[in-house]
Amino acid sequence: MRTPLAAGVAALAVMALAGCGASASGTGDAGTTTLTVFAAASLKGSFEDLAAQFEAAHEGVDVQLSFAGSSDLVAQIQQGAPADVFASADTANMDKLVADDLVGDPQDFATNTLEIAVPPGNPAGVETLADLASPGVKLVLCAPEVPCGAASAKVADAAGLDLRPVSEEQSVTDVLGKVTAGEADAGLVYVTDVAAAGDDVEGVELPESAEAVNTYPIAPVADSDRAELARQFVDLVLSSEGQQTLAGFGFAAP
Amino acid sequence: MTLTFAATLPARGFDVELDVAEGRTLALLGPNGAGKSTTLGLVAGTLRPHDGHVTLDGRTLVRADGGRTRTWVPPHDRHVALLAQEPLLFPHLSVRQNVAFGPRSQGARRRTADAAADRRLEQVGLAHLADRAPSTLSGGQAQRVAVARALAAEPRLLLLDEPMAALDVDVTPELRQTLRHLLEGQTAVITTHDVLDALLLADEVAVVEDGRVVERGPTAQVLSRPRSTFAATIAGLNLLAGTWTGDGVLTTTGEVVRGRTPPDGIATGTPTTAVFRPAAVAVYLDEQHGSPRNAFRATVRSLEPRGDLVRVRTDRLAADLTPQSAAELSLVPGAQVWLSVKAAEVDVYPA
Amino acid sequence: MRAPTRSTGEAAVGLPRWAFVPAAVGGLFVLLPLVAMATRVDWSSYWGLITSESARAALLLSLQTSAASTVACLVLGVPMALVLARCRFPGIDLLRSLVMVPLVLPPVVGGIALLYTFGRRGLLGETLEVAGLQVAFSTTAVVLAQTFVALPFLVTSLEGALRTAGARYEMVAASLGARPTTVLRRVTLPLVWPGLLSGAVLSFARALGEFGATITFAGSLQGVTRTLPLEIYLQRETDPDAAVALSLLLVVVAVLVIAATRRERGPL
Repeated sequence: MRTPLAAGVAALAVMALAGCGASASGTGDAGTTTLTVFAAASLKGSFEDLAAQFEAAHEGVDVQLSFAGSSDLVAQIQQGAPADVFASADTANMDKLVADDLVGDPQDFATNTLEIAVPPGNPAGVETLADLASPGVKLVLCAPEVPCGAASAKVADAAGLDLRPVSEEQSVTDVLGKVTAGEADAGLVYVTDVAAAGDDVEGVELPESAEAVNTYPIAPVADSDRAELARQFVDLVLSSEGQQTLAGFGFAAP
Repeated sequence: MTLTFAATLPARGFDVELDVAEGRTLALLGPNGAGKSTTLGLVAGTLRPHDGHVTLDGRTLVRADGGRTRTWVPPHDRHVALLAQEPLLFPHLSVRQNVAFGPRSQGARRRTADAAADRRLEQVGLAHLADRAPSTLSGGQAQRVAVARALAAEPRLLLLDEPMAALDVDVTPELRQTLRHLLEGQTAVITTHDVLDALLLADEVAVVEDGRVVERGPTAQVLSRPRSTFAATIAGLNLLAGTWTGDGVLTTTGEVVRGRTPPDGIATGTPTTAVFRPAAVAVYLDEQHGSPRNAFRATVRSLEPRGDLVRVRTDRLAADLTPQSAAELSLVPGAQVWLSVKAAEVDVYPA
Repeated sequence: MRAPTRSTGEAAVGLPRWAFVPAAVGGLFVLLPLVAMATRVDWSSYWGLITSESARAALLLSLQTSAASTVACLVLGVPMALVLARCRFPGIDLLRSLVMVPLVLPPVVGGIALLYTFGRRGLLGETLEVAGLQVAFSTTAVVLAQTFVALPFLVTSLEGALRTAGARYEMVAASLGARPTTVLRRVTLPLVWPGLLSGAVLSFARALGEFGATITFAGSLQGVTRTLPLEIYLQRETDPDAAVALSLLLVVVAVLVIAATRRERGPL
């Protein structure tokens, strides 16, 4: 009974190859098309929402999201990762790709400002930015090398404060984690992070946050096989529906 | 200074009682697995008895009953030194440091301990090796250092567990002489297979079989008049046990053995032992009639060379023949033979 | 082709020739990434990159904390190994398995567990805070994290050596009048010295490279908790050249430590 088996294996092989071929070409009546979007970690909630909207509007399209620190994503794209769209948490990281001619023209789609996050109940009684510099307060910040850390440094400088954190975390997620665990009395995170954390943290408004506004640019990745779809995704993000979605998560207009 | 020992380990079928007087050496003889090492382990403190006690110089080292230990002195406090088959010299210390280990562990200063070590090494004739590493010594030398080390610790009791077993046969006479000299005045227990060890080193002998003491007494007496099969074997003698009928020894297999009896006679019915040397045994293929000899039927088990004689082992007795005689008889394992021995060559005495 | 021979005339036995191929592949698999890193380094600026203030602080902190955790591993691990090797009681096998848990636990998970134990709101955290001991965000936390992940290396290494060595020499020493502590000091430990040393070296190397538990539990602050691995991770954000340079530095330090101790005890 070897001929039927051989025929079956051959058929499977042909179908597999055809499937590979279909996805590579980006179009095809059989199977779905995948759009790969690289986005900064702080865009998690909002972009998942936007991806769902996009999939609903474009039948047969599957949006694959990859969230990470902006500089990690930049490094991956530079090494040839198969991304179609890139949304960065700051312009500095996007500019690296622009300099390497790896993206199309970027467009700003949102801004984010800082907010003080404290554990529920605000055990250290933090009310203002100046309170963060008090000796008894365990403050956790992002490291200056990451976008939110750079913003925190700018805000502190503008207010003439010398902040002494007990730890400089690698990402906003880590800062938030230390605050929700009760290890830190306060941390500087984005407005969107406080909103996303819900009851796990309380937010203390920061008027001085206007000193450091993080602008988020988005751009289609050059040499993508789904250039048309990528452009459409960027259009959605910039559209009024996209902007409304982002606002719902706490982002401000660009 | 005396050792008294009475202990049981039901799980091993062990039930032994013995004692050693001050300055005397006791040899523990017995086949493998008889309980010799168990005895030493109980005295040294590496085993706990189920029931019983061990006392040394009136000091209780261990007491137990019903499986629970009531009194327990840890090994390092017992002043009992153990010498095993292997020298077990500490490989990372020099010979002198090894010998000085005992005194130093007991608080002596480095110089005092080293001096004591040198003296002991002198006693065993190895002072010139004091700075060597143990790995450079021969088996015999290492064992002698081990003896020096054990004695340097000034133990109240010295235990020797088959000290010659791992050595070459040409080295043992020298070590035996050394030990003989060193054991003078030292209370000691030595376990051994070798009858020469017992003869030369021990004042008294205890024979252990299946976890029990079957024979006990001064060395010469036990070995010339053994009352247990093992002692007889080790003494190189044939042994038959039975009851005195007034005329001969009635063995369990129904034979009557005649031999020389002690001058004051034996009461009828007393359990008696008959012993005779293998060299006094003659081997025939047919039954011999009309001769005032003791005769036994036997099956040949093995033949082994013994110097210029051949020892024929049968299922019951051993006989020594010249190789020519053995050849003439065409003896092979399994052959049915008749063994006979003159009454004049048999010693009979109460068990 | 003749069998491979050494200069003393011994021939290698039990080594089929085909074994060299996968062995070579394995060797390359480990070496090539290191070579790849070395080729990426900007050698002209190398010295400047590794002597920057943050790099020096991170290296010093790494060496200090790794040394401290190795000492902690010895203080705790030697007795643990002794108990596991010499005792027999119901549940000892379970205990041995539990001691190995940090080996299989992802380091970040280890860090989270330590946080729940020693953190402000942790199991012991409140007691410690009352006693005036702040563990979180301190160098002590770094040492705790490193000890947690490195301890199993020492315990396994030493337990194996103790089991192989047996207890015969200890029995002899005891019969010569040496108390248990003396026996440990003068007989047991000297006899397992190679196993002890290799265990300590492994622990040191593991502590040196520890990242996940440190960053989760201790945080990251220059000179306090930012060890070399954390510094490398941070430098990736802005200065990949510095990250590679420091990575190579970490490799060199680890190799030096292992090589130094290997020479001392000769061929394994």
